[in-house]
Amino acid sequence: MATPINRQTEMTLVQAVTDALRTKLTDDETTLVLGEDVGKNGGVFRATDGLQEEFGEDRIIDTPLSEAGIVGTSIGLAVNGFKPIVEIQFLGFIYPAYEQIMTHVSRIRMRTMGRYGVPMVIRAPYGAGIRAPEIHSDSTEALFTSMPGLKVVCPATPYDAKGLLIAAIEDPDPVLFLESMRSYRAFKEPVPSESYTIKIGKAKYVTEGQDVTLIAWGAMVQVAQKAATEAATRGISCEVIDLRTLYPLDRSTIAASVQKTGRAVIIHEAQATGGLGNDLIALINDTSFLYLRAPIARVTGFDVPVPLFALEDHYIPTPTRVLEAIQRTVDF
Amino acid sequence: METEFPIYRILDDAGHVIDTSKTDLLTKDLSLALFTHMNRIRTFDRKAINLQRQGRLGTYAPLEGQEAAQVGSAYALQDKDWIFPTYRDHGATLTFGADMVRTFLYWNGRVEGCVPTDELHIFPPAVPIATQIPHAVGAAWAEKRKGTTHVAIAYFGDGATSEGDFHEGMNFASVFQTPVILFNQNNGYAISVPIQKQMHSETIAQKALAYGMPSIRIDGNDVFAVYFTMLEAVERARSGGGPTLIEAVTWRFGAHTTADDPSKYRDQERSHDRVDPITRLEDFMKEQGFYDEQEIEAIRNRHQQEVEAAVKTMEAFPPPDVNDLFDHTYATLPDDLLRQKTDYLTARGN
Ligand SMILES: Cc1ncc(C[n+]2csc(CCOP(=O)(O)OP(=O)(O)O)c2C)c(N)n1
Ligand SMILES: [Mg+2]
Repeated sequence: MATPINRQTEMTLVQAVTDALRTKLTDDETTLVLGEDVGKNGGVFRATDGLQEEFGEDRIIDTPLSEAGIVGTSIGLAVNGFKPIVEIQFLGFIYPAYEQIMTHVSRIRMRTMGRYGVPMVIRAPYGAGIRAPEIHSDSTEALFTSMPGLKVVCPATPYDAKGLLIAAIEDPDPVLFLESMRSYRAFKEPVPSESYTIKIGKAKYVTEGQDVTLIAWGAMVQVAQKAATEAATRGISCEVIDLRTLYPLDRSTIAASVQKTGRAVIIHEAQATGGLGNDLIALINDTSFLYLRAPIARVTGFDVPVPLFALEDHYIPTPTRVLEAIQRTVDF
Repeated sequence: METEFPIYRILDDAGHVIDTSKTDLLTKDLSLALFTHMNRIRTFDRKAINLQRQGRLGTYAPLEGQEAAQVGSAYALQDKDWIFPTYRDHGATLTFGADMVRTFLYWNGRVEGCVPTDELHIFPPAVPIATQIPHAVGAAWAEKRKGTTHVAIAYFGDGATSEGDFHEGMNFASVFQTPVILFNQNNGYAISVPIQKQMHSETIAQKALAYGMPSIRIDGNDVFAVYFTMLEAVERARSGGGPTLIEAVTWRFGAHTTADDPSKYRDQERSHDRVDPITRLEDFMKEQGFYDEQEIEAIRNRHQQEVEAAVKTMEAFPPPDVNDLFDHTYATLPDDLLRQKTDYLTARGN
């Protein structure tokens, strides 16, 4: 018998999402894909391209234009034998479904003492930086990380996207899976053809360093990396952590890094107040306070709605702003 | 239900009058006025698509094919009325009096494009589907409470009728008998999803039955049918008769937006086989002897010039002001937001 060869293909993040969906649709007959324009059109970002041809209209379902309807009916499907993988066209349009997610998706397990789970995945493109029309650029992950019962995942690379999406689909609990639009086609990397998972709840060291820990996720990982490269030319060594899972947080990885460097800069697109950065600060406070050599810095959006695109470059954290924060932290 | 809600038309596809009870009202002045608005917004629309292709405008939602629905409805309104559009209804807002430069600015990601023109009550386009419907109901409710005769109109698509906000708005409108026109442009598609997949009901007009609201299904590409139906609904609303749902059946000739590829989901080659609402009006005008080639040519030239001038003004507009990122979030900026702004501007050397 020939040993199987590990094949891999160069893919973008959005292609890796499609690949993960195809993988699970093939090996789990209870999976369904539901959403607006996911069928014939293959999704407005082509994340479900070709799936309807391959798996049929019965499993790749163009739904009516109703986020509450999509998520609400998916709860019924999920508690009754199916695994709905829902696409919300843009995170900025998830709000009609917020009630269903907040009051039902996240608490049915608790309310039935485990008798029913909701093994549902809600995929949603998010974030600014692609000159999209109004409301298409929101980054409201913290509305969901503060929702007990729900997990929140956000890959930054094609490899992670596939492994994390498969893990999310296999997870017995509901997962919100955030896909950075800016990262969808930003770069390609080799992605294995076979099925694999990446553990939900584990952050990743992107680069190791000694002086400052940079914590980011989604499109902000690349921003952090650019700032780290720039900082290196000034002799500052940064450790970049890609959070990958936004809830539950990887306490030990973050603590270990901050205890080593003694400094942290947190980067996110969402506004400062109520942003996930604040939970990260609490985590560092709880685990590593006495190791800190400087106050933790945040580089975030401002406490304003994400602007129309003519001003979005002023809103989104840039490598320059991150570098300034790194320098402040080191100079403290 | 298609028999209970037959499509009302005044003109047939070739521009012949079929509702002869209206013949006397179809004057040259009216025809020319409607033609002028329709040609103007088409000129705008085609220019916007061109600019987008050249990278001079952001993602844009074309409206070609829906000119009769938008012009016929907006032309029936008066200055003090309220208009709540979607991203595809700038044909209606331009007809109502919205500034063309601002309309271009909107599609260039400029918040200035959301600001209503002069004293007109034009809400910024609603991007989240159906959310504007309750707003229009509320604005109309306010007019009723204030004892005026002003009305509000909500524009929305076929896909929007699947959202809860549509049903909640319909219910409030009828419970409180607000002077609102719920103006649906049924263009057959919500991005790629055809109406047969969007709903199991044969018509949109029939949905009003459940709310005890008058409704009518009309040919949205017959500008006269749209205009006279609107006048009736507006009159009913002004005189205390409450809301009306109008289903204007139409067709979008082009893509959903410039980011959409319609050939993925429909035979786009055949899209233009449908009767063009402007051609239909022109055919009517020709038959009636209202069509003066030179006059029409002059109108066309005027619109070309107007649109070119608006593009120039848009492109010469002062660059976006970073202060606008912060300043309009509250009537008075909270201290901490002011600090965020100052820190940002100081770090950038301002
Ligand atoms: C709440 C919400 N969900 C999804 C979208 C994405 N989206 C934009 S337009 C559109 C289709 C709208 O169809 P319809 O109401 O028929 O209006 P049309 O575009 O045809 O004018 C969708 C799904 C949105 N803007 N808002
Ligand atoms: Mg439509």
